[in-house]
Amino acid sequence: MAMAIRAFLIFVLFLSSTQFCFSLYEDQVGLMDWHHQYLGKVKHAVFHTQKTGRKRVLVSTEENVVASLDLRHGDIFWRQILGTNDAVDALDIALGKYIITLSSDGSILRAWNLPDGQMVWESSLQGLKMSKSILNIPKNLKANKDDLILIFGQGCLHAVSSIDGEVLWKKDFSGQSIEVQQIIHSPHNDIVYVAGFVGSSNFYVYKVNAKNGELLKDNNVELPSGTYGELLSVSSDMFVVLEDTRSKIVMIDLKNEEINYKYSHISDLIKYSSGQAVILPSRLPGIFALQLNSHSILIKVANEGGLVLVEKINDAAAISDAVSISEGQHAFAFVQHEDNKIYFTVKDVDNWNADLLKERIVIDNQRGNIEKIFINNYIRTDRSNGFRALIAMEDHSLLLVQQGDIVWSREDGLASVVDVTTSELPVEKKGVSVAKVEQNLFEWLKGHMLKLKGTLMIASPEDVVAIQAMRLKSSEKSKMTRDHNGFRKLLIVLTRAGKVFALHTGDGRIVWSVLLRTLRKSDACERPVGLNIYQWQVPHHHAMDENPSVLVVGRCGPSLAAPAVLSFIDAYTGRELNSLSPAHTVAQVIPLPYTDSTEQRLHLIIDVNQQAYLYPKTPKAIDILQHEFSNVYWYSVEVDNGIIRGHALNSRCNREVVDEYCFDFRDLWSIVFPSESERIITTTRRKLNEVVHTQAKVMTDQDVMYKYISKNLLFVANVAPKARGEIGTATPEESWLVIYIIDTVTGRILHRMTHHGCQGPVHAVFSENWVVYHYFNLRAHRHEMSVIEVYDQSRADNKDVWKLLVGKHNLTSPISSYSRPEVITKSQSYYFTHSVKAIEATSTAKGITSKQLLIGTIGDQVLALDKRFLDPRRTLNPSQAEKEEGIIPLTDSLPIVSQSYITHSLKVEGLRGIVTVPAKLESTSLVFAYGVDLFFTRIAPSRTYDSLTEDFSYALLLITIVALVAAIFVSWVLSERKELQDKWR
Amino acid sequence: MASTMRSKQLVLLLFVQSCFALFSSSFAHSSGSTEGYTINGRAKIPSVGTKEFFLPGKISNAKVILNGGQRVTFLRPDGYFSFHNVPAGTHLIEVAAIGYFFSPVRVDVSARNPGKIQAALTENRRGLDEFVLEPLREEQYYEIREPFSVMSIVKSPMGLMVGFMLLVVFLMPKLMENMDPEEMRRAQEEMRNQGVPSLANLLPRSS
Repeated sequence: MAMAIRAFLIFVLFLSSTQFCFSLYEDQVGLMDWHHQYLGKVKHAVFHTQKTGRKRVLVSTEENVVASLDLRHGDIFWRQILGTNDAVDALDIALGKYIITLSSDGSILRAWNLPDGQMVWESSLQGLKMSKSILNIPKNLKANKDDLILIFGQGCLHAVSSIDGEVLWKKDFSGQSIEVQQIIHSPHNDIVYVAGFVGSSNFYVYKVNAKNGELLKDNNVELPSGTYGELLSVSSDMFVVLEDTRSKIVMIDLKNEEINYKYSHISDLIKYSSGQAVILPSRLPGIFALQLNSHSILIKVANEGGLVLVEKINDAAAISDAVSISEGQHAFAFVQHEDNKIYFTVKDVDNWNADLLKERIVIDNQRGNIEKIFINNYIRTDRSNGFRALIAMEDHSLLLVQQGDIVWSREDGLASVVDVTTSELPVEKKGVSVAKVEQNLFEWLKGHMLKLKGTLMIASPEDVVAIQAMRLKSSEKSKMTRDHNGFRKLLIVLTRAGKVFALHTGDGRIVWSVLLRTLRKSDACERPVGLNIYQWQVPHHHAMDENPSVLVVGRCGPSLAAPAVLSFIDAYTGRELNSLSPAHTVAQVIPLPYTDSTEQRLHLIIDVNQQAYLYPKTPKAIDILQHEFSNVYWYSVEVDNGIIRGHALNSRCNREVVDEYCFDFRDLWSIVFPSESERIITTTRRKLNEVVHTQAKVMTDQDVMYKYISKNLLFVANVAPKARGEIGTATPEESWLVIYIIDTVTGRILHRMTHHGCQGPVHAVFSENWVVYHYFNLRAHRHEMSVIEVYDQSRADNKDVWKLLVGKHNLTSPISSYSRPEVITKSQSYYFTHSVKAIEATSTAKGITSKQLLIGTIGDQVLALDKRFLDPRRTLNPSQAEKEEGIIPLTDSLPIVSQSYITHSLKVEGLRGIVTVPAKLESTSLVFAYGVDLFFTRIAPSRTYDSLTEDFSYALLLITIVALVAAIFVSWVLSERKELQDKWR
Repeated sequence: MASTMRSKQLVLLLFVQSCFALFSSSFAHSSGSTEGYTINGRAKIPSVGTKEFFLPGKISNAKVILNGGQRVTFLRPDGYFSFHNVPAGTHLIEVAAIGYFFSPVRVDVSARNPGKIQAALTENRRGLDEFVLEPLREEQYYEIREPFSVMSIVKSPMGLMVGFMLLVVFLMPKLMENMDPEEMRRAQEEMRNQGVPSLANLLPRSS
């Protein structure tokens, strides 16, 4: 018997010793995670529909994405994400097979292969001067051998061969101090006209031979007045520009190699016109568009130089460029927007009376105004012309409109997420119908039989497909109710367009979206920006019947002095409950750890005039704050001056107008870093809602260390002033990195450390009592990650059992920032291979589960790295006891195990941030990574020790039980028989 | 592909070979006027389809990153890439390609001696007097499902349960047989005295 028990124990040990890190099987992709690809707000679009086969549209966006989209469904054929400071200036097609992009202020020209997005060639165009960048690809309908691309950028005119990107010639205009605004290439005589202004009134035209760049002729004329805005070319020899008072139009004519100009009053064209006109940059033959007040006015240039008003569009409208529909016939489109309808009109440029197309399309109200429209024509089956339009909306979404309908739409606003918070889903209503369950029982069994087949590897290929579909489709994960494990939540994201989306964590679908009125452009608010999103009301104990709500804080403009805007949104429905445009500004928002009786969280908004405003504005909130008045502390970081200040509330505001919710505050302390040797580059603090399970940490020698756990710790990283730039700009001797850990209540510096020969960028994460930060070591020329752990020494002598018994211990004494406990720190540094874009630590409900670091690498992947690898106690030869505790032998670099990439073979392109949210299940943490793409998954840093895995086979369990019962009966029958035989003997 | 007006051209060939050899030859020459240098390199990614699994890494998905994101460029079909207008100094080049692990490369662009470039892999500190960049390894992002085997069933908790039971059912009687009958009886007596319920007592006794 004892032997059997021992054998069993060995089996159990064997089981428990099979350690796993985070890893996925390939067929588990998409079970817990989802990955959505976006593009960003479209800036340029070119259709490619000439050939039979795949019809596509090529776009470039404000997120520096160049992409090819399927025109039928809006899917992405391919996508290339350029660097963050490599903004695309122009996009066009050359030779019918290359996409040409001009980026980085006209200094980089790239050609991409149309079918697969492979970069074919790249040219660097160098010049000395910043200038407007213009890309001009001559449209030769007949295939011409030497296709030339003309680029004006960096003050020079370049001619580049479109076959291999070789720069054929270059003409430098930077010496002439001319601001070149237009280049016109006339293909029949191979002449390039370069037009621009010196100053604002001296108009210059250069005539350049397109074959060799030879300057043939230059001509200039001094206009009697200055000009405003951009020069627009109306035809191959006619330009229009606004006069500097913006009330007259200047037409400049280049006929017969002479420059003639003519002024026309706008008021002659439109009666009672007032206000400031702007020429819209639409390229239309013989026509230009003016924006005056809120109207758009189309003006035709008559042959003899007269101007004729042809159309006045009253509402907010967008006007497309012209497309050629047949020989000598051009069409263009404009769209008007009213409430939830858009009016899409296509007109012939020459024949103004008839509409080629007029359609009314119903559109979602939450998309805002139309910002851009690109049109394309096609031949219908009856040989007439049909038109489709690609429309970029105010919320950055992209629509394709054809035959009076929206064919597809893309929510590309999600490519520019600014901030993320989460909300619980509603609780499931009681009373699930029995019939449904019974009906599902058979399905359930069938599903498990299939799964069993899968685990036993006897499933046929069809079965495998069925299993995979079943697992992916599982309706369980995308339900709109709260689940027991807390996996289902709403991710509420604020985008740069001022739109708020609620995404379901199960499959990433949009539950609701709302374009905030307060964050839209208006007269009161010229350039609104969304800043942050906070949980405003999280009902759990009281007010259970109320919906949770979120607070969106924005600002009317990019400067700190712009007034604040606040919006409160119902998290279940997306309804805007309330919006405020307070007079004060917003420098900082502090969610206080207090809630009122309806579970509304108290927030302090600090403005730039040293005043704090309390929200919600209720008397109850004032009462609560008065009660905790002396316990409210915060800090502010002045990066430019190198100062960190601590603040506390002082008194009510002392102003003429009584405002009960306004408070003055005082500075408690300040730390001034010497600006000649240190500049602040990063500050990080602990997450406010982080839970720590235990303060004690048992060491190998049965010793106890107490973690110094304070919510008021701040990590500051400073670098030498010379080392503030990128890698490669500083030498190791003149760069250093100084890090501080500061208590933000007292201003006490707990720890200071200098890394010589190191520089930023620094990415850091602060959790529990440790901080991990990533920086660049110039001496080794490698990235490094360091860990600092802070321990409370004042509690260290509590180990004496006698003291504990007698009660002479300080374990129950409250942790207070007023006391000055002795702290000790332990730290260690390791090499890390990659550059890093973001670091985050997992967070779980109770803080029991061990932590993992989530590292967003430069390759836009997210790596999960166990915190054990960043343990300062790692030694070269850990003792047996240390090994048992799980201390890993010291290595100089951190291991990168490819199976522990939580994004597996996907990339979160343009990764900007990682958010972790605890699930209700202690072992599991939800991870949301955002950038141009969105990625969500859930991870279990110590495996799912508190629940069965997804793969758990209930069928195998059933079979085992049946087998056991059968075996019991068999053995019983056998023993009965044996007994009987014994009795007969 | 070379532009005729490149300022100073330093050709850094980061030659990534599909074999194990980590060597390449650096040659550099300078020309022209303005302030920056050009770093030219080459990365060769092993051809697609060498693995039995689907390979996400393609040459069109690879990016070459200078100084942690300061500039990003892409590989041409032949694997070449270049950074233009790079100031003198020590730089870091990283290659991001799904499916492959590339070591970052330290690149020294000398100001005093234009035309001199040095490159070294930072992972293994191998200097590239001639030239190098190759994926140090291929990345396998997924666990491989082990094919069905009897062992995997036996190792599962249920399998263990069944196994243990079989052990008891078939081995225990054998052990008992070897025991002395006298001792056996004594032990059975003891057990009965202690009132340990035997399996036979629990089951309904059918006559």
